[in-house]
Order: sequence, then structure tokens, then C-alpha cells
Amino acid sequence: MNDDGTRLPDPRMIPAARPRSWFDTETEETGGGRHELDEEIEIQDEEDAEDAEAFVRPFIVTGGRTRPLHDGLRIETLVVSLPSALTAPLHFEQRQIVHRCRTPLSLAEVAALVGVPLGVARVLVADLYTDNFVQLRTPQAVPEHVLERIRDLVRAL
Amino acid sequence: MSGHSDYDEHHDEDYDAPAGMGAPSAIKIVISGGFGVGKTTFIGSISEIEPLTTEAAMTEHSVGVDDASLLDSKHTTTVALDFGRITLDPTLILYLFGTPGQDRFDFLWDDLTDGALGAVIIADTRRIEDCYPVLEYFESHGTPFLVAVNDFDGADIFDLDEVREALGVRPSVPVLYCDARRRDSVKEILAALIEQVLLQRQAGTPV
Repeated sequence: MNDDGTRLPDPRMIPAARPRSWFDTETEETGGGRHELDEEIEIQDEEDAEDAEAFVRPFIVTGGRTRPLHDGLRIETLVVSLPSALTAPLHFEQRQIVHRCRTPLSLAEVAALVGVPLGVARVLVADLYTDNFVQLRTPQAVPEHVLERIRDLVRAL
Repeated sequence: MSGHSDYDEHHDEDYDAPAGMGAPSAIKIVISGGFGVGKTTFIGSISEIEPLTTEAAMTEHSVGVDDASLLDSKHTTTVALDFGRITLDPTLILYLFGTPGQDRFDFLWDDLTDGALGAVIIADTRRIEDCYPVLEYFESHGTPFLVAVNDFDGADIFDLDEVREALGVRPSVPVLYCDARRRDSVKEILAALIEQVLLQRQAGTPV
């Protein structure tokens, strides 16, 4: 019996399609079935909590790959889009990268601006390079005369 | 620097010439020192953009590393990297990368240091010992560096010779005062570092 005196049908008589909430109002009298249902409700609560956090595993955008197809991508390597990339059918993150990299950006900037960890950016940019959508400029050893120029340019800032 | 440039502003103009006009080269300088010593302030004082932060995940580096101590449960996720950018001219872009505060992430430091022109090690005279592991790191990597003694408000000003003695660096390593909040001071430090790189090259010291 419920507190207000109404009586719900025996759970065994309720078809499977009936809402679970019906069972919530059951009294202790139904015994065994009750424990099982509580568990189910708890599981649902946990799922809701996960949804709320909306955590996305970082390497989901690379299909789980953590190794880039092209080695030697440094944190300061400059990435520049090639014209063909701008109209190519690309996934969301790669599309963002080629649009950002119409002016040269370092790998670190790509990661920060697209909002992915460095390791993810490395895989995405390496894919774009492999597919010939971007050019890479990996820094070379700086000759002395360029060093002098850098020093003078820094002083003149 | 007047205001911070927004990336999006420039894109439309260069739409048709992505890789043209003397494609620029990137140069990298590492800004290091103990935790909370003013690395990000230093970068922010001269960067043309608000210093950006990116996350470096442990997973990309811990692959193939046997040392289980790297997998300490407290640090298995990510570290933040702060960096800034200075466009010196249309062909040269200078990036300043701050090393993450935790000295234990040596593999990540290698990534930052490889190919760097040199390093600025910021020291705080109140906690001089904080930069010992950093000094050892750059000395062992043969990266040219100088020590910038950050002039904190209220910090006792030590004679630079005293600081040098406390640090135990070679006589050839410059030890200079610096105010990480001031652009001209930061600029001087960077110019002095490049001068130091030049001197080391001319002296034939391995760089």
C-alpha cells in the first residue's frame, strides 16, 4: 500500500514498455524487484553525469592515432596551407587548421588556436602534409649573418 | 607594442598567396627558470599576441619510455605550455616558449630545446636554488644561455657577482638584471642572448 492508500498493479502485470517511473512509487511490499530497479536508476544517473562533463578524449579526432605520419614536426615548425586545401572536403579540425594557416603559423599556435593538445595537432598537421594540403617549414640552422640581423631587429623592436 | 593583433584580421588579405612572398622562417628562444619566477610575464611583455597556452599530453612522449617513474599517477595527463610570438620582419618570426614549471618533464624540455637559438634562465634571488636543475639541464645540452635576475618588488637586490657566485656558472655566461614586466628590459635580455650565441659561435664553442 502507498501512503495515500492507492494501490499500483503488481509489477509482474505491467508490460515491459511501461515507464520505469511507475515502479518508483512502489512500497517495500514488492520486495525482491525493488533492489534491481534501484541499480538501474543509479546507472542512468552516472550516464547523465558523464554527459554533463562532456569530456572528449583528445585523440578521438585522430581516430585514436597518436603517432604522426610524418616525423620531424617541431613545436615551432611553420604550417602554411596550399590553395587546394581551402576547398577540400576536410573534417572539422583539419578545416580549421587550413583556414588558420593561410598565414604561416607554428605547430604550437595551431594547437592553441584550434584548441587541441600539441600531440593531436601534430597528427592532424602530418596528415594534411601527407595529403599535400599544407607546406611545412622546419627551421634550419641559423647562419651568423642572420643571427646578427635578428639581434638588430630585436634591439629595434 | 600597441594592442594585440588578431589572427583573423590578416587572413582575408593573404587568401590568394598562402605560401608566397619569401616564406618566413621560425626561430625559437626558450624562457626557463623555477616555478613562478616570471616566465609568462617575460613572454607577455614583448609578445605581439597575448601569450597562448597549449597542452602537451604525456602520452605522446611516454611511448617507448621505460622509466615507470614518468607515469606517476599525479602527472599522467597534460602540462601547459605558454608561448609568445614576435614577427621581426616578413621573413623572420621569433617564438618564445616558456618551459613548464615542473622540472621532471625532461622529455618535453627536449622538444622545446632542440633547435632553440638559446635560453633565458630567469632567477629569483629569494629562491636562487630553484634554477639549479634548470642550469644543469641547459649546461648539459650545450644550449647557449644567460641568466636574467628578475627584479621583484621587495626582493633584496644582490650584487650580480654574488648571484653569479651563488649560481656557480662559468665566467662566460652573462648574468644580468631584468624586469620581466618591462618591455625594454625584456628586449635587452633577448638581444644580449643573441649576442651571446654569436660570441659562442665565433669562439668555436659547441652550440
